[in-house]
Amino acid sequence: MTLEERFDVILAAEDKIEPADWMPDDYRKTLIRQIAQHAHSEIIGMQPEGNWISRAPTLHRKAILMAKVQDEAGHGLYLYSAAETLGVDRDQMQTLLHQGKHKYSSIFNYPTLSWADMGTIGWLVDGAAITNQVMLTRCSYGPYARAMVRICKEESFHQRQGYESLIRLCSGSPEQKAMAQDALNRWWWPSLMMFGPHDTDSTHTEQSMEWKIKRVSNDDLRQQFVDMTVPQADYLGLVVPDRDLRWNEERGHYDFGEIDWEEFWAVVKGNGPMNRDRIEHKVRAWDEGAWVREAALAHAAKKEGAIT
Amino acid sequence: MSEPVISTAPQGAPASDSSDPVRALVAHADDNLVLAQRLGDWISRAPELEEDIALGNIALDHLGVARALYSHAGHLEGKGRTEDDFAMQRPEREFLNALLVEQPNGDFAHTMVRGLLFDAYQVELWTDLSGADDSTLAGIAGLALKEARYHLLHTSSWVIRLGDGTEESHRRAQAAVDALWRYTAELFEGAASEYHDIWRKVVGEVLDEARLQIPDDPYQRSGGRRGFHSEHLGPLLAEMQWMQRSHPGLEW
Ligand SMILES: [Fe+2]
Ligand SMILES: [Fe+2]
Repeated sequence: MTLEERFDVILAAEDKIEPADWMPDDYRKTLIRQIAQHAHSEIIGMQPEGNWISRAPTLHRKAILMAKVQDEAGHGLYLYSAAETLGVDRDQMQTLLHQGKHKYSSIFNYPTLSWADMGTIGWLVDGAAITNQVMLTRCSYGPYARAMVRICKEESFHQRQGYESLIRLCSGSPEQKAMAQDALNRWWWPSLMMFGPHDTDSTHTEQSMEWKIKRVSNDDLRQQFVDMTVPQADYLGLVVPDRDLRWNEERGHYDFGEIDWEEFWAVVKGNGPMNRDRIEHKVRAWDEGAWVREAALAHAAKKEGAIT
Repeated sequence: MSEPVISTAPQGAPASDSSDPVRALVAHADDNLVLAQRLGDWISRAPELEEDIALGNIALDHLGVARALYSHAGHLEGKGRTEDDFAMQRPEREFLNALLVEQPNGDFAHTMVRGLLFDAYQVELWTDLSGADDSTLAGIAGLALKEARYHLLHTSSWVIRLGDGTEESHRRAQAAVDALWRYTAELFEGAASEYHDIWRKVVGEVLDEARLQIPDDPYQRSGGRRGFHSEHLGPLLAEMQWMQRSHPGLEW
């Protein structure tokens, strides 16, 4: 059996490809791109939520939010490690992010403007992430699939906490409920955009499905998310900002309106509300930490020198 | 070394009463809350990802201790005050934290040196209080002691790396010691005076290994335990309390 045949046999048998196995170059490249992008999303995603840590309304909420942002940093760390098994290192990936050559989820290019955004992000953004990631726990690449199992558990926890915090707002004062509605208005469409372009416009989907990296198409995932989320919005007494949204008895799914694809592509191309700010923040932190990392290396070298 | 010259609260400021157990609990809680608030600002801004996580963990530890102490203080006081009443509803003048913890994060060296000076103090404090007659306090102190030992390990190893790293890191670490040393005598006012010497020894050993000098300047600042703060606490509280102040009386 050739290496390539062996690769195909593993895929067909639903077994996992492991780092030492032979794999096609493009499979490796696709995975690196996808896992790095996923890791960067976790890391950039710390910023919009980090924005509210200092202002959380209670100590309990502050602790939950801090712990959540911590979890996201941990997700970034596992994912960078998973990508490293494919032969890139974290610094390389970070440099590409800083140079704008690697992407991260566009959802984090929107600003967090009220406390309700914290609950809404947990509910919608972590919710959409789970919808995407459950499929990835069955991804053909072992280290990625295993990282996703652990991450998914924490994401569901985040989603429940976010939703719970919205229940509190929606059963509170009119001003709290208005805050929640405003947050849903701003986050709904960007959340639907998290699933990417229509299947017909998605360049990578077909090959990724063949390789069993991706298991469900963008549009199917988006539909799943809408079907799961609309009843949750109803329960909160919030109105989903989509006039075309209605239950379709025949299809057994919600019909919903068309995404503003102009906005979608503008944000992907770097022209969303916060694209510049996010990267500037990231690069500033990295550059300001340079002397610290240099000091750690210099100190380690001195210790090494003293021993040998 | 010369005797410290302590610049304290002005004449006419209320005296601190460390014999009041509620007041003492609140002072310790305030230390932890204010430091947690400061450390939380590092999240997403640390020199490396591992450090974002470490600083966040330490912030969470301090926040947890603050919450436990406020709740206990509220219980002892018996007026129904909750952790959030203490944290969100008191003005600056009623906060009793030491001045050290409210000092700005500055650069990473400032944050690590501030941490070292404070963590070494807390290790002694919690060791002492884990034997307190008040069993709730003793329990909180016992858990906090384990955390404080880990925090001290973290900050002391960074201070050593920075002090004995590059020329730049040494310069920055020394500047941090010079700037923060003046807030240390205050930690040992009252009952804590007993463990000043051991603290001085622990910190001295770390600074020695880091090739850092304790400044000659005998000037020491005090007043935090009496609500006579530096100008840094007000903005921190304004930000932290903003939600509760602008939407009073709501559940979150
Ligand atoms: Fe995550
Ligand atoms: Fe999450």
